[in-house]
Amino acid sequence: MKRYLIPLILFLVLVGFLARGLVLDPHEVPSPLVGKPAPAFELAQLAQPQLKFSPAEMRGKVWLLNVWASWCVSCREEHPVLLGLSKSGAVPLYGLNYKDQRQDGMRWLAQFGDPYALSAFDGDGRVGIDYGVYGVPETYVIDKAGVIRYKQIGPVTAEVLEKKILPKVRELEAL
Amino acid sequence: MKKILTLLLLVLLTSLSVAKEAAPMAEDEAVEKRMVAISDEMRCLVCQNESLSGSHAELAQDLRREIRTMIKAGKTDQEIKDFMVNRYGDFVLYRPPMKATTYLLWFGPFLLLIMAIGALFNYLRRRGKGLVDAALTPEEQKRAEALLKEAGR
Repeated sequence: MKRYLIPLILFLVLVGFLARGLVLDPHEVPSPLVGKPAPAFELAQLAQPQLKFSPAEMRGKVWLLNVWASWCVSCREEHPVLLGLSKSGAVPLYGLNYKDQRQDGMRWLAQFGDPYALSAFDGDGRVGIDYGVYGVPETYVIDKAGVIRYKQIGPVTAEVLEKKILPKVRELEAL
Repeated sequence: MKKILTLLLLVLLTSLSVAKEAAPMAEDEAVEKRMVAISDEMRCLVCQNESLSGSHAELAQDLRREIRTMIKAGKTDQEIKDFMVNRYGDFVLYRPPMKATTYLLWFGPFLLLIMAIGALFNYLRRRGKGLVDAALTPEEQKRAEALLKEAGR
């Protein structure tokens, strides 16, 4: 009996590992930036290039930085969720228009609606590299002290917003 | 004549386009060599089964440009590696660093090997014992002798 039990157990362990592997998304790489200060930058704003935006202005507030681009297909998927969030006024939402053309970005916002308080324009993607962006859209939750507390890789769905982002925001705001 | 001219033009055009593609490589050979050596050791996060040096993803191109800039600025290989790891985590490195979270990765295979050797010895010892213990009963002895006799005939 024992002789058959051992291969069976080994097989079940293997199945367990493989099943776990099916569920894991290899594109979700844990960011080393979570728990570290959000990299500083100063970029021209998308709509008003004469004005600048820097994360330092957001000190004392919990806020979201959402990396988006007009060429990014998944950004359209999360866009209604972001519009809803913006309307609810739960948390300030700022955009980082990543590796885009200014006109394309503006047209995109005009077409689908603009959920952002403002968007910073990162045309060459230099700031994106500092933030470890590798798959747009990405969303960062940044706390009052300017530390990144959560990073969402891929579109913000209604579920991610309700279960992960908003609870995190409330927790950080209570601090 | 016209045909030959168009043909010539085509040949000229293709050679021109080839020359254009090769241009960035020749820009600065030493920098390029170091960039390739560094980025060969790194994973492209967009197409994860490609190295950073071999990937055509736009992010990979940007990162190669970034590495080139850092090389020209006189940064050491370690500084460039740190730059990448600070942004993308250990996952960008094809050779994972040795630390608490990667001990299992580094020593796991040796652990499995030791366990397998242990199991093998255990099995051999048990089998050896089994062979000695298996003495023949008198009836078996008789039958064996009968069979041997038969075979000897």
